[in-house]
Amino acid sequence: MTATVESSAELGRARLRKEDARLITGQTNWTDNITLPGMLYMAFLRSPFAHARIARVDVSGARSQPGVIAAFSGADFAGEQGSLPCAWPVTEDIVIPAHPPMAVDEVRYVGEAVAVVVARDRYAAADALASIDIDYEPLPPVLDIRTALDEGAPKVHEAGNKSYEWVFASGDVDAAFSDAPVVVERTYRQQRLIPCAMEPRAVVAQWIDDQVTLWSATQIPHVLRFALSAFFAIPEQNVRVIAPDVGGGFGSKLQVTAEEVLAVLVGRRVGKPVKWTESRSEGNMTVHHGRDQWQYIKIAADRDGRIRGLSVDLLADMGAYLMLVTPGVPLLGAFMYPAIYKMDAYSLKCTGIFTTKMPTDAYRGAGRPEATFAIERIMDELAAELGIEPMELRERNWIKHEEFPFTTIAGLTYDSGNYEAATAKAMELFGYDGLRREQQERNDRGDPVRLGIGISTFTEMCGLAPSRVLGSLSYGAGGWESASIRMLPTGKVEVVTGSSAHGQGHETAWSQIVADQLGVPFEDIRVLHGDTLVSPKGMDTYGSRSLAVGGMALVGACDKVVAKAKVIAAAMLEASPDDLEFSAGQFSVRGDPEASKTIQEVALATFAAHALPDGVEPSLDSDATYDPDNFSFPHGTHLCATEVDTETGFVKIRSYVAVDDVGVVVNPLIVEGQVHGGIAQGIAQALYEEGVYDDEGNLLTTTLADYLVPSASDLPSYVTSRNETQASNRLGVKGVGEAGTIASTPAVVNAIVDALRPLGINDITMPCTPERVWRAIQSANGSTTNTSAANTSGGAA
Amino acid sequence: MTHITVTVDGITYTDHVEPRLLLVHYLRDVVGKTGTPIGCDTSNCGACTVLMDGVSVKSCSVLAVQADKSDITTIEGLANGELHPVQRAFHEEHALQCGYCTPGMIMAATDLLRDNPHPTDEEIREGLEGNLCRCTGYENIVRAVRRAAEAGVSL
Repeated sequence: MTATVESSAELGRARLRKEDARLITGQTNWTDNITLPGMLYMAFLRSPFAHARIARVDVSGARSQPGVIAAFSGADFAGEQGSLPCAWPVTEDIVIPAHPPMAVDEVRYVGEAVAVVVARDRYAAADALASIDIDYEPLPPVLDIRTALDEGAPKVHEAGNKSYEWVFASGDVDAAFSDAPVVVERTYRQQRLIPCAMEPRAVVAQWIDDQVTLWSATQIPHVLRFALSAFFAIPEQNVRVIAPDVGGGFGSKLQVTAEEVLAVLVGRRVGKPVKWTESRSEGNMTVHHGRDQWQYIKIAADRDGRIRGLSVDLLADMGAYLMLVTPGVPLLGAFMYPAIYKMDAYSLKCTGIFTTKMPTDAYRGAGRPEATFAIERIMDELAAELGIEPMELRERNWIKHEEFPFTTIAGLTYDSGNYEAATAKAMELFGYDGLRREQQERNDRGDPVRLGIGISTFTEMCGLAPSRVLGSLSYGAGGWESASIRMLPTGKVEVVTGSSAHGQGHETAWSQIVADQLGVPFEDIRVLHGDTLVSPKGMDTYGSRSLAVGGMALVGACDKVVAKAKVIAAAMLEASPDDLEFSAGQFSVRGDPEASKTIQEVALATFAAHALPDGVEPSLDSDATYDPDNFSFPHGTHLCATEVDTETGFVKIRSYVAVDDVGVVVNPLIVEGQVHGGIAQGIAQALYEEGVYDDEGNLLTTTLADYLVPSASDLPSYVTSRNETQASNRLGVKGVGEAGTIASTPAVVNAIVDALRPLGINDITMPCTPERVWRAIQSANGSTTNTSAANTSGGAA
Repeated sequence: MTHITVTVDGITYTDHVEPRLLLVHYLRDVVGKTGTPIGCDTSNCGACTVLMDGVSVKSCSVLAVQADKSDITTIEGLANGELHPVQRAFHEEHALQCGYCTPGMIMAATDLLRDNPHPTDEEIREGLEGNLCRCTGYENIVRAVRRAAEAGVSL
């Protein structure tokens, strides 16, 4: 390892972000800011029906509207628009229906694009949509995955409503359950969520000759470039994709969208640059949604609380089509149900089902929040059933710190962790014992405002990578990441990363890593990303992979720079490379510290190239591609205290403590920010957000007035801290992008149920709105039955 | 088309606009002030917040014609040679990630501190409830506004 203690000045330092200067002064380059000469604006006409046959489309009326240059229906592109790709065929017999970017014969969700107008300004384009005539023949919608596979149910696609069934089993599940002293069985609902990145999607496409440049508010410029070539017949060398400043993604911009493909095709057809920016209400309908699963989970245990087995039957709503990784999202959770616990047997069956709704796909955590919710919820239920304190039950079952590396029943090998240490720290910060005493006192005196304590001792698999593992799961791409280091003649450094950031702070964190590795000042480093011309190779940003994979690629590239520079420095110092050591940016002769050259001096000498050793190329620039052999496994203990007003159903989060182990921290400021935001998004699922369709398949939550993204006044302050065990990569890093979201949802719901359990309530369906909490209290009446069935209907808003 | 005269970040513009043109589209598309972004179409998110005659408004819910003869300050005009204390506090407290809500959040926070120079955390949270952020969970935004208040913001 080239880094030494001395040269590690940047790792762990709370550097203020380089990105901020342009973001706080309004100099940001969002896609919607782009204006090109002659640029035209697109507007889409979208289906008002959840399911209908398209009998006739006539766009000629729109063509004669003021300012309109062209108008097209799906049929106008039938020969070239192909089908939007699904890169994750999880089983051999999976049904992947054709998914034309613009519907031709049939629409299958409200909001599906059916026609496009191209006009000289966005107002004219929007106005002309009203002049398009379409005759629809409505078909029955399919909205409930629990009944979609019933005989005689209306079909979303000709092939039926089942996309796939995926099964996993490890250990003897029948034996684990057959004579188990205790079996607890529950049904959990993962409501549909709408990602709501603050920046709406936007695209600009410009053709010059046979080359196209696509600017898009995307997380995945590299994957998008590949997809445009592989699936839409545009030669790869002629495609450039630029993700300028991107305003958040959370998985929602990990997609190859209809609008991106159509911008490219329409731009080619009209011979002018075209632009499209969605409205929020358009985006809520047509940016892929997240979650939407029913989880049937049962757990078998001995009387002393030892878990014997776990069995999960999962129904996952695919929506109308399979998009980029739609079918794989539940599988990212499939390996996480056993979480941090030891057990003898585990099985999971996942059925992917089509409905006439917006397709689901990756949303922050993607599969792992769902799994973590179910296991952490049922651990509390098992604790209640056994009369064991819920933290005590977890402790009896979790992997002890001395047992790492540990291979779980799901087959994952966790490399590091210390659940005891994170939990002890969290309990102390939270004042766990004191809150338990207060809870008892309030229960004893019949306080109408009940106190509840929620636990989430979560882990996750992230750093989405090992290409071999992804291949074994039938994923369509690899998981490596790429980096290049360019040593400029004046000693400054350009860092090119394939991991395209959209709020994560790569420009700062990557500078810190490279500053340490090369011993150059943080300020002398510029990080370049998000443009396939500048950064031609990459797998982009999702799945908390940037640091654990992309960061390691940086280290590999720096190693190569140092190795090349060492040979040249040795020649400059008239010494053998073997006698040189490299520390804090200096090559010095061992035993003669006066004889030294800085890496900047070597860079200049390499540029001049007057006196390089024979056979040495005049360049220090280096590329590296890193592919790890395992995922990384951040973990932590999150504790939530809620006060639940039994008279109004209102839930107030009184305190929230998170102790996370994300491995070595490059920048604590950025890590803390990621944890805060993650917790907020998980709390939002627990308390506020739900994408609701009515009985006819209309989305009711198209605006931020209906879809309740929480504001500052809806959320608590968080107490965050860390424990650190090193991941088994050279940086020791694990990733932090999704941890908070994965952890917090069950912590909050466990706290609410904990508050209400004395009233006979053992579940509240998310989001736990005051109405749902109040109704659960009204219908419980002291009974001890599973209360989830009583509050599963009704909207969120 | 209607004739309007608007001062934006210290420069006075005279334009002919459609009566239905939103102020935010006027700022972005006509004046070129793309520092003010658009995050929704129902005035819920606050990303497009600017100061109109010193008071914060969501520029998506004001028509350009309503801004006639007014003085608009956008995020691009807030710094006066050096960063405004609220901008600096957002940077120093890491109160932004993707930065899309940030222009609106900073403008709203500036107006909040004008109204109430020494807000409690509770008052900061309530004062900013019309501005949504999806990245930060608001913790560091609250810290930043508190820091700016401590630094003594004056307009």
